[in-house]
Amino acid sequence: MELYELTIHEIHDLLLKKEISAVDITNDFLKRIEDVEPKVEALLSKTKENALDEAKKADAMIKNGDINDLTGIPVIIKDNICTYGIKTTCASKMLEDFIPPYNATVIENLNKDGAIMLGKANLDEFAMGSSTENSAFKVTKNPWDLSRVPGGSSGGSAASIAADEGAFALGSDTGGSIRQPASLCGVVGMKPTYGLVSRYGLVAFASSLDQIGPLTKDVTDCAIVLNAIAGYDPKDSTSVNNVRLDDYKKLLNKDIKGLKVGYAKEFFGQGLDEEVKESIQSSLKLFESLGADVVEISLPYLDYALAAYYIVSSAEASSNLARYDGIRYGHNASQYDDLVDMYMVSRSEGFGKEVKRRIMLGTYVLSAGYYDAYYNKALKVRTLIRKDYERAFKDVDVIVGPTSPTVAFKIGEKTEDPLTMYLADVYTVPVNIAGLPGMSLPCGISNGMPVGLQIVGKYFDEGTMLNAAYAFEKAFNFNRKPSFKGGNNL
Amino acid sequence: MNYEAVIGLEVHAELLTKTKIFCSCSTEFGSEANTHVCPVCLGLPGTLPVLNKKVVEFAVKAGLALNCDISNFSKMDRKNYFYPDLPKAYQISQYDLPLCKNGYIEIELSNGEKKRIGLTRIHIEEDAGKLLHENVDGSLVDYNRTGVPLIEIVSDPDIRTPEEAYLYLTKLKSILEYSEVSDCKMQEGSLRVDTNISVRPVNSKKFGTKIEMKNINSFRAVERALAYEIKRQSKVYENGDNVIQETRRWDDQKGITEVMRSKEEAHDYRYFPDPDLVPIIISDEWREEIRRSLPEMPEHKKARFIKQYDIPEYDASIITSSKPLADFFEKCVTEYASAKTISNWIMGEMMRLLKETGKEIDEMPIKPHQMASLLKLIDKKVITGSIAKTVFEDMFNTGKDPEKIVDEKGLKQMSDVSQLREIAIKIINDNPKSVDDYKKGKDKAIGYLVGQMMKATRGKANPQLANKLLKEELSK
Repeated sequence: MELYELTIHEIHDLLLKKEISAVDITNDFLKRIEDVEPKVEALLSKTKENALDEAKKADAMIKNGDINDLTGIPVIIKDNICTYGIKTTCASKMLEDFIPPYNATVIENLNKDGAIMLGKANLDEFAMGSSTENSAFKVTKNPWDLSRVPGGSSGGSAASIAADEGAFALGSDTGGSIRQPASLCGVVGMKPTYGLVSRYGLVAFASSLDQIGPLTKDVTDCAIVLNAIAGYDPKDSTSVNNVRLDDYKKLLNKDIKGLKVGYAKEFFGQGLDEEVKESIQSSLKLFESLGADVVEISLPYLDYALAAYYIVSSAEASSNLARYDGIRYGHNASQYDDLVDMYMVSRSEGFGKEVKRRIMLGTYVLSAGYYDAYYNKALKVRTLIRKDYERAFKDVDVIVGPTSPTVAFKIGEKTEDPLTMYLADVYTVPVNIAGLPGMSLPCGISNGMPVGLQIVGKYFDEGTMLNAAYAFEKAFNFNRKPSFKGGNNL
Repeated sequence: MNYEAVIGLEVHAELLTKTKIFCSCSTEFGSEANTHVCPVCLGLPGTLPVLNKKVVEFAVKAGLALNCDISNFSKMDRKNYFYPDLPKAYQISQYDLPLCKNGYIEIELSNGEKKRIGLTRIHIEEDAGKLLHENVDGSLVDYNRTGVPLIEIVSDPDIRTPEEAYLYLTKLKSILEYSEVSDCKMQEGSLRVDTNISVRPVNSKKFGTKIEMKNINSFRAVERALAYEIKRQSKVYENGDNVIQETRRWDDQKGITEVMRSKEEAHDYRYFPDPDLVPIIISDEWREEIRRSLPEMPEHKKARFIKQYDIPEYDASIITSSKPLADFFEKCVTEYASAKTISNWIMGEMMRLLKETGKEIDEMPIKPHQMASLLKLIDKKVITGSIAKTVFEDMFNTGKDPEKIVDEKGLKQMSDVSQLREIAIKIINDNPKSVDDYKKGKDKAIGYLVGQMMKATRGKANPQLANKLLKEELSK
């Protein structure tokens, strides 16, 4: 097995036994990146010199006996997370040359632990999209079939891990942007409970929905990364301070006898691909065979989640993206008549179509005369959805279902009609609306493409959710790797 | 037709917290441009606001001093609009759930009548940056001021005359100074006034069309601007026309208001609750703790001064009208026993000079101990009362000690008998008519002769001694 195919905990064991150095690992991954990037195009920038410097520092740490789970472990960071001194573009012309003068809190955490950043990953522009086709710079390919999308918006992060370009990645999830690409790329991806991980340094899309989370090769790695990034941050007012933090790795003990696993009958409606449906149903049977109580529940307001999501997220986005006016940083128009014209030209030139679409939608739903009918109403629907979940969680410990209604679709297949693309999020979005933790892990193959199983937990109960995933993973034994077939580059 | 004015005032006051409302940058005034900034107040991508607790405390303090109800639950909202001095393209403010509501200020009109002006609300918000257009090609922006905490105090439209507006503003400033939440310096921009005014026929219940005037830079100018607007609007109605709702600019030089460059339709600010911040809960306990920390308010201080220092109400009123003035007075009293004498000097010479030079009391260099020294020099008859006024003015301009000024300018009172006798003899010889008048029984003539002696000695002669010696020589 190649070094770059190993998980975080496997690499850690080698480092612990001093069988290998952090510099060795870094070089191995850097070579892997050179080999597969031409096909996958997951990265917007590579940070080779930096990485080797960090690797040397990690080796020094290890020599001093100062080694933790992430020391010397290579990571890929989604390019909407601010990295000091390193371009953070959000895959947008608007921030093409933006170099943040500070680190996001999660980056500070990873730096303290001695993780090694190899590069910044591609995404849908400003995290708006479900296929990474909205990037202003390049389209990332799904390593399982290079003619298909990796999902989005954290498509670059997911593809890079599926392609073994890093040991783990960080992504962001507002409506499914970690879970859906994880599902389409056959990796593990997780969105924490809202407020568990600091948003400071995450370029804001929808403030009440955004969360940073890990994309990894297995559930154990996911727990390890969560340990490193979870926790109160005084720089983020929405970061929770009164929740007991678990050691998530220690909670993975495999036994799920008596665990109450719910599935919503509303999941199995129209639009769900037949083979995906079969994978999910098999997964439910697997849970039963492991001793879990599989129970049907109902989430009646699920139907309204997508609409509520697009109203709330677009409204917040229209406000969060207003600062991109070309004055202090970012794209600035070269021809304009006056101040207002400068704003309009800079923003028209700097933003892509989908971003502009959502800014307009968001501005509209907040405008005088429409606020009550749309935004206010969407907030109320949000409460109803939250109550749906609260009711369900009285009877079950986790809720299981499909992450995505289909496997990865072809590049260009859904770009004609934005609404078709929006429907890709139908299972993931309610989880953000409610603020609950959710994750995806592989549970089958359909036509050569991975199928993802979504597991949703109670507020701040990542332990139970991760353990259910861990038990499933060990029993299911996915053990498949992408073949990089298809696409134009062969 | 007689018209009455309906006036509302919106005052923005910068709070005296050490750091900004959402980040830990300094709020210090007057520093080099863009040196008190950080990623948060610059609105860089990925940054988040964190509410400064002191800001809430100060706002509640102001609200309590202004007799408001303090909301147990309030929140921050985003006010969205584009302008180069607003880095996030939204201002974090409060929309429908402000921190304080339903307060009032009591003013005393010139006829002695007391009137209550209602306060609709007080809320907290962040300030924007400053734009500079002079001496540059284009405009420059200084973000030092972005994120400085403000309270916005909105009055009910209870004000009916320009005089009431002036009294309201001076009282408001005094209360805010006393609460120690703002230094209210209009010249530094820590106090800004916007006014709304409409007129209507007296006894009408309907409101006329109101116009808005922003950022008039002194309380007297506000008074003048309102007086002008009342005339202008009344004339418009008399001519059978309608007043146009617009924002006007007061030109203090020309003494008129002009339409500001007309804006396009009114902004739709698309207010919505800021999802980066959590609601503000003021418990009853915290509110009462803040109430207990309120310093002595003007009314109480006035009553105490009257009792403790035995000065008349008139004096106490003037002295407590501003906290720095009251503090100055009290410090002087610790150094010099006669409170009434100090009060006289403050109300007389000091206020005169402050008015003439347009200075504020804390720009005046005289220290309380220097004031006391001056008064002691008079008591010891080192200088005359009238010379003391000259010395005082010098102290006011230079901040030097009175003793030094007296020495440097040779202002010591002349008390040398033989010296004065010589001068008295000369004055008598030079003014035969007055001498004659005096000998004829006109006592007033001695006053003239004493005056001539003071003139000849440039005010330094001890007047009592001069009087005595003149009489002695005249009787020879």
